[in-house]
Amino acid sequence: MTINPRLYPLLATIGIFIAAYIVCWIQFPYMLSTRVAGNLLTDNAYLGIVAVGMTLVILSGGIDLSVGSVIAFSGVFIAVLLRETGLHPLVVFVLLLGVTTAFGAAMGGVIHVLGMPAFIVTLAGMFLARGASYMLTIDSVPIQHPFYELLKDAYWLMPGKGRLTLIGIVMLLSVAVGAVVAHRTRFGASVFALGGGERTARLMGVRVGATTVGIYAFSGFMAGVSGIVFSIYTGSGYPLATVGTELTAIAAVVIGGTLLTGGAGYVLGTLFGVLTMGLIQTYIVFDGSLSSWWTKIVIGILLLLFILLQRGLVRATAVRA
Amino acid sequence: MKRSFRRVLPQLLTLAALMALVTLFFPQFLSIDYAGGRLSGPVIDVLKRGAPVALLAVGMTLVIATRGIDLSVGTIMAISGAVAAWALSSGWGAGPAVILAVGAGLVCGLWNGCLVAIVGIQPIVATLILMTSGRGIAQLITEGRILTFDAEPFAWLGSGILLGLPVPVFIWVLTAVGVAALMRRTALGLLVESIGINRSASALAGVNATVLLIAVYMASGLCAALAGIIATADIRGADANNAGLWLELDAILAVVIGGTSLLGGRFSVAASVLGAMIIQTIDTGILLAGFPSEYNLVIKAGLVLMILLIQSPNLVGHWHFLRHSLRRDPDASPRGAKS
Repeated sequence: MTINPRLYPLLATIGIFIAAYIVCWIQFPYMLSTRVAGNLLTDNAYLGIVAVGMTLVILSGGIDLSVGSVIAFSGVFIAVLLRETGLHPLVVFVLLLGVTTAFGAAMGGVIHVLGMPAFIVTLAGMFLARGASYMLTIDSVPIQHPFYELLKDAYWLMPGKGRLTLIGIVMLLSVAVGAVVAHRTRFGASVFALGGGERTARLMGVRVGATTVGIYAFSGFMAGVSGIVFSIYTGSGYPLATVGTELTAIAAVVIGGTLLTGGAGYVLGTLFGVLTMGLIQTYIVFDGSLSSWWTKIVIGILLLLFILLQRGLVRATAVRA
Repeated sequence: MKRSFRRVLPQLLTLAALMALVTLFFPQFLSIDYAGGRLSGPVIDVLKRGAPVALLAVGMTLVIATRGIDLSVGTIMAISGAVAAWALSSGWGAGPAVILAVGAGLVCGLWNGCLVAIVGIQPIVATLILMTSGRGIAQLITEGRILTFDAEPFAWLGSGILLGLPVPVFIWVLTAVGVAALMRRTALGLLVESIGINRSASALAGVNATVLLIAVYMASGLCAALAGIIATADIRGADANNAGLWLELDAILAVVIGGTSLLGGRFSVAASVLGAMIIQTIDTGILLAGFPSEYNLVIKAGLVLMILLIQSPNLVGHWHFLRHSLRRDPDASPRGAKS
């Protein structure tokens, strides 16, 4: 049985995650408990959700630098709206998702209509979202609402007393939704086609404009969901939060085996990319003597390894063809 | 000479308009005092504070002209600052510290250049690697602390006065003039542009694209190292976490304001440096005019959108199409032409 070469990066990601987990487990047997696994999911929930949106953007050959600011904006938006009005959080959530989705769609529209690189358009979006959250408030606003307490304490007790929290479940659901959208729908096929090249996609009959708008709207929506999850996780809204999350998300997508030039990758890989990065952080916490800056260096090395692996694969498949 | 003046005219007009606008809200903006052998005033402040972004923008212009991008410049600032502070605190003089810091910047640039030109990684990803891991390296050098030092000659680079003006102003102006002269008085600028327009075609035409690309990324590393030295000397300490944080985005913005397309090709160092001054005027102006600094980012975003509209290749296409069809059809009513 031969394995599709396209699966190699995904298998490599999962393999590295399992190998890393085994190394951790040998050193700290407690790492293999549902408690640690549950925390791994909870602590990285917001990153995982936003990385799913980023995966679709990168699959289409684009980039979305605005997501970190959008997460911060979401937290501030929720906190200020809950403080100033008597609206129920669920209503606020719907409003917020509408705003962030429209924001993403607008960026997609600008990218398509002006024909400018996504990098600079979403950079403007990043400034705009961050600036908008500064204009709402410059303080950290606590969220005090009984419904929030409920969300925060919602979890399912796994065997071994590990807690699979609500936000962890939301992340796993987002990955599932992202995977279905990317790999099982017409829209997903258009995204992959766009990543292969705009001209060929157009010739294939892909509606480039609508797809571009849809991709960035999806990323905006996911950033909004991530913002909600982050506000539940921290219990507050702070305009300076999640600075640089967009780059962490891009790194997670690359470690997850998605080709940065677009057109190849799996949403499931992104989940493992996020978990691998979370695992490094957990290991450093467990070890206690390593300094936090090693996280950055190890993530950089992993990034390099995966990119080199991808280059090698692209070359190998090119030679065969 | 006239052509190069026309090239930077939009940036000059923008800068003048901005300065007029700030003066409206803060009448003393243009006043310059001379006391104790030094000039002082808001304009001098803009020139000094804009130094790091202006330096980064010089290197970034070259990288963007080759259709690349360098996300790691802010991190390189932190690394070179950390190296300089480490050298000073272990008893080396100011001279070796500067040489080591510049060397660190060049090595970082060499690394980026090799990844882009030889391994063939997309510039944005190749430089992302150093951007994320570089701060870890800088923290490794400073051992996670803010390394402070007490070395007058080195601190002079950041806060000293020469001929009445702050030293950083001389550093960025000289760097910009030097690079612009090197690019425009020789064929180098043309070759850089040719890589940005079509790398394989220029390689086929005999341009050594690989070496030139590496050199361009090294130039960017060098500029970032100079910016890092200024930032470190100014606060007399190396802060691996915050030195140059997010300045890469300001530098890219300066280049884009300067009218150099992110799609590579024609570039202007002078326009990029003016772009950096425009950004600094906005930053300082918003503070002086008494607006809350929260508005800063929203104004920046609006500015970027406006510039995107002006630069958009699609709109230019529509415009040409419109003019063309107008010429063919002289009877078209002005009302119809507008829509």
